Amino acid sequence: MSRRFDAVLVAACALALAFLALPLAAVFLRVSPVELFAQLGNPAAVDALLVSLKTSLIASGLVLCVGTPAAYLLATRRFRGRAVALTLIELPLVLPPAVAGIALLAAFGRRGLLGGTLDALGVSIPFTQAAVVLAVVLVASPFYLRAAIAAFESVDTGLLEASRTLGASPARTFRRVALPLAAPGLGAGATLAFARGLGEFGATIMFAGSLQGRTQTLPLMIYAQLDRDFDVALAVGALLVLVSLAVLLAVKLLPSWTRFTSISPSRSAPSTSL
Amino acid sequence: MDTLHLDLTVPLRAFDLALALEVGDEPVALAGPSGAGKTTALRAVAGLTAGARGRVAAGDEIWLDTDAGIDRPPEQRSVGFVFQDYALFPHLTVEQNVGFADRGRAGELLERLGIAHLASARPGSLSGGERQRVALARALARAPRVLLLDEPTAALDAHTRAAVRVELHDLLRELRLPALLVTHSFEEAAALAGRVGVLVGGKLVQLGAPADLVARPADPFVASFTGGNLIPGIASRREGGLTEIVLETGGFLYSTDGLEGRVGVVVHPWEVSVAREPPGDSTLNHVRAPIVAMTPAGNRVRIRVGPLVAELTAASAERLGLEPGVVAVASFKATAARLVPLA
Repeated sequence: MSRRFDAVLVAACALALAFLALPLAAVFLRVSPVELFAQLGNPAAVDALLVSLKTSLIASGLVLCVGTPAAYLLATRRFRGRAVALTLIELPLVLPPAVAGIALLAAFGRRGLLGGTLDALGVSIPFTQAAVVLAVVLVASPFYLRAAIAAFESVDTGLLEASRTLGASPARTFRRVALPLAAPGLGAGATLAFARGLGEFGATIMFAGSLQGRTQTLPLMIYAQLDRDFDVALAVGALLVLVSLAVLLAVKLLPSWTRFTSISPSRSAPSTSL
Repeated sequence: MDTLHLDLTVPLRAFDLALALEVGDEPVALAGPSGAGKTTALRAVAGLTAGARGRVAAGDEIWLDTDAGIDRPPEQRSVGFVFQDYALFPHLTVEQNVGFADRGRAGELLERLGIAHLASARPGSLSGGERQRVALARALARAPRVLLLDEPTAALDAHTRAAVRVELHDLLRELRLPALLVTHSFEEAAALAGRVGVLVGGKLVQLGAPADLVARPADPFVASFTGGNLIPGIASRREGGLTEIVLETGGFLYSTDGLEGRVGVVVHPWEVSVAREPPGDSTLNHVRAPIVAMTPAGNRVRIRVGPLVAELTAASAERLGLEPGVVAVASFKATAARLVPLA
């Protein structure tokens, strides 16, 4: 009885692994690695790589600069509407990318909510690199915010209080105690958000279009090259698989590099977890 | 040297903490059961408790004055706070922890507390006693006007605790700082502080030298907290300056205290003698009962006879042939039987 059940479990597990690994293996098995990376010299691929790197870095910078203090507030203060704010942050995680794209158009587009105001200022966002950045921020920031809130919540409030009684202002306490102690979690969250942003497709293509050298990121370039040159598309795909793998390993290894032996257990339970 | 004045009210979940106290050159301990508001009082002095009302001042510096609209944030109250779990920064070395408030004084304080050799260690690798010293050094680095200690030895094992108490006692007297400490143990309060305030349910039920609390407990809690036996009964005056107490369990006792009505008879274990037969002296109070338990403590043994705990030297307990199950007589003088009113 138990042996038959074990066989079912093993079979299900093997099927799942095979299904998940097969497409990834196919990317590398169809063409040899050397040949694949030779295709990366293709001008469209180079352009897409540059656009992707530039927009992802800018978006990551924005997410870190605004998201870190926002997460600290949400993690350390209790106020009315906090639960609503936490839910709002997680909404983009479950939002279909196409909806995110159309929502961005509805907000920042020519005839959108802020369209008139932006027009008056002589700013037009859709189909520019700024649009790519906004789309990436929208879909990637929840990954960072969730991780950052959890990281700050796991910092013992007793340590923050100790810092205050030692004469440190709230700002200095944030800088010298909360930030370094939350750093491993923040790093993991930033890495995940960066990876999610790099792969962004749906919202970008609707809001920013796919103009080579301007708004065509790596995933958009794969889509554009699909009919033209399958091998170039595959080469870029392989590149993204390697980047994703590196990100995953970094997230799994990062906390163990920098973990401190904490003396006192955390007093607040995390409200979100990865 | 400054004096710490406090006159505080802090609303807590079940009751209000109300505490008026002055701390000068003699360390004061707030002692009492868990949940009595002891830690809240310390936190209110440091500015870590929202909702504290009243007045807190260190010398001429006013930290809290609700009427005048003053409520300084923690960083502007010059306190050295030693937390119960020490709250050392795990990402900083011992030297960086101590130098957190003032880098200039770290070296001197590490020397003074005998932890200079640990300067580059992280808190995670230290023993309990070492952490305690680092926490103290860190609190002192700010050159605080007031020292606050929350259960300073509760996180230590029994062996380290005794040593740390001795060090802490001497240090508190050397520092010449108003020191307020909190503990759930009367033993610790008596070992460290010149005056002990017993806090129960947010109220200071008695404040005095440890010996005063032992000799003249103001209330049943103080009596049992200081280690006394507490036996309930009904008291009424008799001639000759004696009070007779009829016990709830039957029998009666005599006291020289003049109190009537429902009372608790308080007697300390070292005032009770135990023998097989009543002694032939002037001792008035005798309780005859089987010995329930005998617990050795050093060269002494604590013997439970019916409702009483007595403390004898192990040698005399053996000489008298006392052992569990044996019927014995526990005796104490009427002058040793203090009365406290019972609700």
